[in-house]
Amino acid sequence: MIDLEQVLVVGALLFSIGLYVALSRRNAVGVLMGIELMLNAVNLNLVGFARFVDSPRPIDGQVFSVFVITVAAAEAAVALALAVAVYRLRQSIDVDRLNILKW
Amino acid sequence: MDDAAVVVAFWLLALLTLGSALMVAMVRDLVHAVLFLILSFVGVAGLYITLSADFVAVVQVLIYAGAISVLMIFAILLTPRSGRDNAAVSYKAPISVVAGLVGAVIVFVALKTDWATVQEDDRFPSTAAAIGDALLDPFVLPFEVASVLLVVAMVGAIILVRPPEEEA
Repeated sequence: MIDLEQVLVVGALLFSIGLYVALSRRNAVGVLMGIELMLNAVNLNLVGFARFVDSPRPIDGQVFSVFVITVAAAEAAVALALAVAVYRLRQSIDVDRLNILKW
Repeated sequence: MDDAAVVVAFWLLALLTLGSALMVAMVRDLVHAVLFLILSFVGVAGLYITLSADFVAVVQVLIYAGAISVLMIFAILLTPRSGRDNAAVSYKAPISVVAGLVGAVIVFVALKTDWATVQEDDRFPSTAAAIGDALLDPFVLPFEVASVLLVVAMVGAIILVRPPEEEA
């Protein structure tokens, strides 16, 4: 039988891999991939809580994860549009070299 | 489905998800990274099914494996010279220490907390109907705000990628 701790451990590993990807990639799209992995880990935890935690309305966890997926889709669309706009400006989306706000 | 099959499926899918997530971290080529990311998303969708969240699994396949990954491939192909190159990744060791520490803390808290769990085998007879009821009863306001958010994000994305010479 699967129990909650196993789901949470898988979620934690997925989150830390996503964090590593988000911090180590220098390409903006790569950073976004790491963020999506972290959001997936959060969703996995929410669905796990919905499945196992004692609650009067257990479906709420799944509703939360549907909301997280919605927000993630909006965020991905805006972030990728930003990446394309920045590329037009600088011919590069290397986040280490994005220092146009610094003077 | 009997218990043993679910457990085996859960661990195989967890292995697939974490393995392809690791490959996302390891491969240099961003297009390959997106392909492994899709595999990881599909693995997470399978994990949702083993947790009896079938509606969320379908949404995951449609939105993550379908829409977001196609958006990412478009973004990589629209940014050609930088898109393929992930050149020398700097500061690798400190990043892995930070990520490992964060993961260790989450695992520690997850294992130490005394969760109020119950084992109900048929907890969700039908998730789609229950999620629909929840969206239109206790979660009406977030539901409406989410639709406004999607419209704003769509308009914002269109304005951001509009060619500059079209500005009136």
